[in-house]
Amino acid sequence: MKKIWLITRREYSTRIRNKTFLLSTFLLPLVFVIFIAGSVLISTQTHTRHRIAVIDANGYFKDYLKSDSAISFDFSPAIDSTNYEQKGCTAMLIIPLLPEGQKTNYRLKYKKQLGLAGTSDLENRVDNAITDHLIFEKTAISRSKLDTIRHNSDIAQIMSYEDLGKTAKASNSGISFVFAYISGFLIYLLTFIYGAMVMRGVMEEKTNRIAEVVVSSVRPFQLMMGKITGIGAVGLTQFLLWVVLLVGLAILAQGFVPASTWKEVQELQQAGQMGNAGAALKVSDMANRLYGVRSAIDGGTLLVIFFCFLFYFTGGYLFYSALFAAVGSAVNEDPQEAQSLMLPITLPVIFSFVIMSVAVQDPGGPLAVWASIIPFSSPIVMMARIPFGVPGTVPFWQLGLSMLLLVLGFVGNTWLAGKIYRTGILMYGKKPSWKMMWKWAFRNS
Amino acid sequence: MNILEVKDLEKSFATQLAVDKISFQLGQGSIFGLLGPNGAGKTTLIRMVTGIFYPDSGSILLAGRPFAPQEDSIRIGYMPEERGLYKKMKIGEQAVYLAQLKGMSKSDATRKVKEWFVRFEMQTWWNKKVEDLSKGMSQKLQFVITVLHEPSLIILDEPFSGLDPVNANLIKDEIYGLARKGATIIFSTHRMEQVEEICDHIILMNKGKKILDGTVSGVKQQFKEDLFRIGLEGELPTTAETASFAVVGREANSLVVKIAAGHRPNDVLRFFIDRGQNITSFTEILPSLNDIFIRLVEGTPLSRQFEQR
Repeated sequence: MKKIWLITRREYSTRIRNKTFLLSTFLLPLVFVIFIAGSVLISTQTHTRHRIAVIDANGYFKDYLKSDSAISFDFSPAIDSTNYEQKGCTAMLIIPLLPEGQKTNYRLKYKKQLGLAGTSDLENRVDNAITDHLIFEKTAISRSKLDTIRHNSDIAQIMSYEDLGKTAKASNSGISFVFAYISGFLIYLLTFIYGAMVMRGVMEEKTNRIAEVVVSSVRPFQLMMGKITGIGAVGLTQFLLWVVLLVGLAILAQGFVPASTWKEVQELQQAGQMGNAGAALKVSDMANRLYGVRSAIDGGTLLVIFFCFLFYFTGGYLFYSALFAAVGSAVNEDPQEAQSLMLPITLPVIFSFVIMSVAVQDPGGPLAVWASIIPFSSPIVMMARIPFGVPGTVPFWQLGLSMLLLVLGFVGNTWLAGKIYRTGILMYGKKPSWKMMWKWAFRNS
Repeated sequence: MNILEVKDLEKSFATQLAVDKISFQLGQGSIFGLLGPNGAGKTTLIRMVTGIFYPDSGSILLAGRPFAPQEDSIRIGYMPEERGLYKKMKIGEQAVYLAQLKGMSKSDATRKVKEWFVRFEMQTWWNKKVEDLSKGMSQKLQFVITVLHEPSLIILDEPFSGLDPVNANLIKDEIYGLARKGATIIFSTHRMEQVEEICDHIILMNKGKKILDGTVSGVKQQFKEDLFRIGLEGELPTTAETASFAVVGREANSLVVKIAAGHRPNDVLRFFIDRGQNITSFTEILPSLNDIFIRLVEGTPLSRQFEQR
């Protein structure tokens, strides 16, 4: 135990003080912010307002096609298809007589293409104009009145409850999805960024040719355990620093960017959403659902979810890191060898995401239950099931078994890595095969 | 008391028997040479004694008790042929860390490292990194790390390779000093002149088997060919018609003779005295370890030609 702690501390402290670590930790958020600011700046600078000339045979489009910051319409009769460019229009919209109940083509003429977003935006506007015109003509209800009705009718909301006999408990698949997704995504992201770091870290003794000295002092299992926890902690530290720095920079940026630019950006966003008529509605819907979720889950459940999130997040992270360590102990100094061995490790993470989406729909189904017990998928799938209720949907034995297996899986992987290390490390320059690794792991050395 | 006792040790890899029933004992304070051509199984044997490999069968006793790799790691110091250190770590920290891994406390380790650094005049190195050191310097550092925790068994694999004569002598003196203080030293090398100079006891391995075991002088006696060099004044005789010896070599002022079975050196001397020739010197020619080594391993497929001195 003391030796593991020694190794953990060395792995952590040498990496934290490394120049590359400091550079990447503090430069990456800066680069990220500069990149975002740059792209925002470019999109505000290059944003063009389209002026489109319209020839309308129906006569009513004038009332419904409204000009705004993205597109302005020009209905003046002086413009025709020969001179629209001279008059400063980017395109010419020609709408023939549109008989009801019949498909008719209308045309857009241009010299320079509007772009996909511009075209679909225009199409939506024309469609809406036709709908508005027909509603007004058939029912004498104006569009604004209709919008009010639509808005006021969104008053019913579903709340599902878990039946616990005498009492019922609020549950919501929305939050389990959010939690499972965050947990899964973080595990995926961290193992991808830092799994390779664990792998290279395990190869460190080999590339420095110090393996024999170290292995004659400590057991390979201790070495592996110390490396996985030490480098894992480095990964967590860097990740947390990134989050803190990004949030800090974002707050800082709000103070520095002039208000006019913010307004412009917001306008741009709105203009972009105009094409997607439902987008604004979706956002408010999402907010509503999240609010509903918060009110549906009581404090106790939240505590359980939070504890389980911490457990499964660290557990899953360590479990996969140990697998990467096993790969690192098998390959030699050439990192390219590792690529082919890494894929089989990352596949289960992707499968877990698929199973998770099933588990959210059917948290008590056999697939969800088993996938939440098996260590490869349990960190992601169990997190999708837990918000449905712990003694109810997820019985205590399942939760206990799943946690036990995850811990055992982590220790087992570390042991496996150590076994492979003991034999694999002393064979320089030989490419290992899966068959050989199996033999290294299960044969006495 | 024997510090190390190895009995019927066996280890095989997928295709070959690397160590085949090796047994030997080492007394405290002795310097012991482990010799053998490449691929003889020396490194495998050492790795079993240091706990890196587990033997297939056989036993290892350390100071009379069965060897336990974890608990006994503090009693063993191992400098492998594959030299390496953490390149990015500061030298002082690294030495302390590796001593702590052996089981020393931090304060003891720091004190010891400082002591050794003073002895080897390395005090200014403490905050340097290994990548800034020359090969010889890092080898000195490695030697310090190997012996820092005062192990009772020190295993050195080619300790002098890459060292200049001054530093080699420095290390050699330290080895003698450690042996005097009671440490047992296993010394694995191909350099026979070093073995003759340093070791009390040798074992020669070939193809996984022990083929020779004894003290350096004993082995030489065992392999002597009854050759003598006799220095003579005046003209050397062209022929020597006698049953007691045969002339096998001629040099400027001396003859190399091989005494026939059943005869004694006195017979040679009497022969030349009877001829009235003045004798200036008379010495026995003992085979060098190098000759013995080559004679024993030559012709086996795994052996390699060693440089003739």
